[in-house]
Amino acid sequence: MVAEIEPSNIERSFLLESLEKGIRVDGRGIYDYRTLKISCGPTAGLVEVQLGQTRVLARVSCEVTRPFPDRPTEGIVQFNAELSSMCAPGFDSSGKPSAQEVAVTRMLERVIRQSRAVDTEALCILAGEKVWTVRIDIHFLDHGGNLVDAASVAAIAALRHFRRPDVTVDGEEAIIHDVRERNPVPLSIHHTPVCVTFGFFGEAMMVLDTSLLEEQTQVSSFTVTLNSHREVCALNKAGGIPLSPGQIQRCIQIALAKVDELNEKIQEAIKQ
Amino acid sequence: MANVKVVLPGDIVDTQSDGEAVLRLGPGLVQHNDDIQATTGGVLHASSDTNQWWVGSNRRRYVAAEGEPVVGVVVGRHGEGYRVDIGSAHDALLPLLAFEGATKRNKPNLAIGAAVYARVAVANSMMDPEIECVNAHTGKSEGFGELHAGFVFRCSLGLARRLLSASSPVLAALGAELAYEAAVGVNGRVWVKAGSPEKTILVVNAIRNSEHLDSRQCKQMVKELLDRQSL
Repeated sequence: MVAEIEPSNIERSFLLESLEKGIRVDGRGIYDYRTLKISCGPTAGLVEVQLGQTRVLARVSCEVTRPFPDRPTEGIVQFNAELSSMCAPGFDSSGKPSAQEVAVTRMLERVIRQSRAVDTEALCILAGEKVWTVRIDIHFLDHGGNLVDAASVAAIAALRHFRRPDVTVDGEEAIIHDVRERNPVPLSIHHTPVCVTFGFFGEAMMVLDTSLLEEQTQVSSFTVTLNSHREVCALNKAGGIPLSPGQIQRCIQIALAKVDELNEKIQEAIKQ
Repeated sequence: MANVKVVLPGDIVDTQSDGEAVLRLGPGLVQHNDDIQATTGGVLHASSDTNQWWVGSNRRRYVAAEGEPVVGVVVGRHGEGYRVDIGSAHDALLPLLAFEGATKRNKPNLAIGAAVYARVAVANSMMDPEIECVNAHTGKSEGFGELHAGFVFRCSLGLARRLLSASSPVLAALGAELAYEAAVGVNGRVWVKAGSPEKTILVVNAIRNSEHLDSRQCKQMVKELLDRQSL
């Protein structure tokens, strides 16, 4: 199996040298995102996001199941993300998931599920018996750095793009209409959380939207999850060098500005 | 445009040979019983004087072939040499004595993660490839050896080959305005060093952009990059 290809010493030192002068290796500004392209596929709920070289595909599907016994009036949101060797040589789907894979998957699960972006009460058909289970599958097609941001945009755009079959409840009976009979309805989404990730290189050098080389060279990374109502949904920092409260505040301010741009792009893409 | 023949994998190629002259098959062609079959998709080329046929195609995965210059990264050291990653399926071996002026007493000391420019000495499908930083006949390094400072980036194999040809438009256009050094590896890796980080990044971006541009567009693109930089 091919292990992850580490960058050479020259690449690392050139990157740090350029960053000290405020220049990034691909010519971007330190707080610039790469070109973000969102394409909502032919099927409802299929979205592919390209963030520079990084490509992620999100797919939403639903089916009718029994609810959890302790939550009879809520639908279920299931989340699945796998990093395979298609996106980078270091990932191996056959063995145990590596620490990075687990971190990315857990981060996305928090963003979608625990931030309660999807209204699960609206997914109930018959309390205690039938509810919708919404399943989100994320496939990473190419790892060009910053998988989390690209995947969070893909997941939330797919949820907003998705249409589920319409249901009429008549007492104890529920009729699920075929999509050809009645137009399918969108999911009820409370808010649109997106992740904004920063990379740190020590001594107050910080960039937004790390490319693959920057991600392999960074000493710390920090993700802020915000929605369009300017609410912070989650902060995530796993290991790495310590950050001061001032730095965290600055990151949040920058993220607030960026989240508006991201949300606009998502809106535009879904309309088409 | 002359007759350009495009082949797909599996196509039988008719070389119109009379069965007497020796036919040499290059990359992308393989002999199957009495037929010659293409194994990759691309444009069929033939050189009439050496009677050699091959399929030219662009890809990103490198397969080591003897005599080619490559840029590699040292990933380990063991016994008699270094293990170097050159992007092929297996890491290459770089013997400790394959450097200019190396003797048993005076061996080079490369760090893990160092970048080297080397020539492929041995490459076949049954062994790990071997590379060397010296010309085995003359004993001179001829430009090979460890690469210091600068930056290394990846590109497609087709672009790397075009850069190595004598008349690469993008390198000529850049050379007219900037002073820079570059080492191009046929394995799709290029090392660039210019006076300052900004200039190096400009050269890197210019080479990356030139993948699908012809020579006039290359000159235009380089001019635009330089103008934007000096503003």
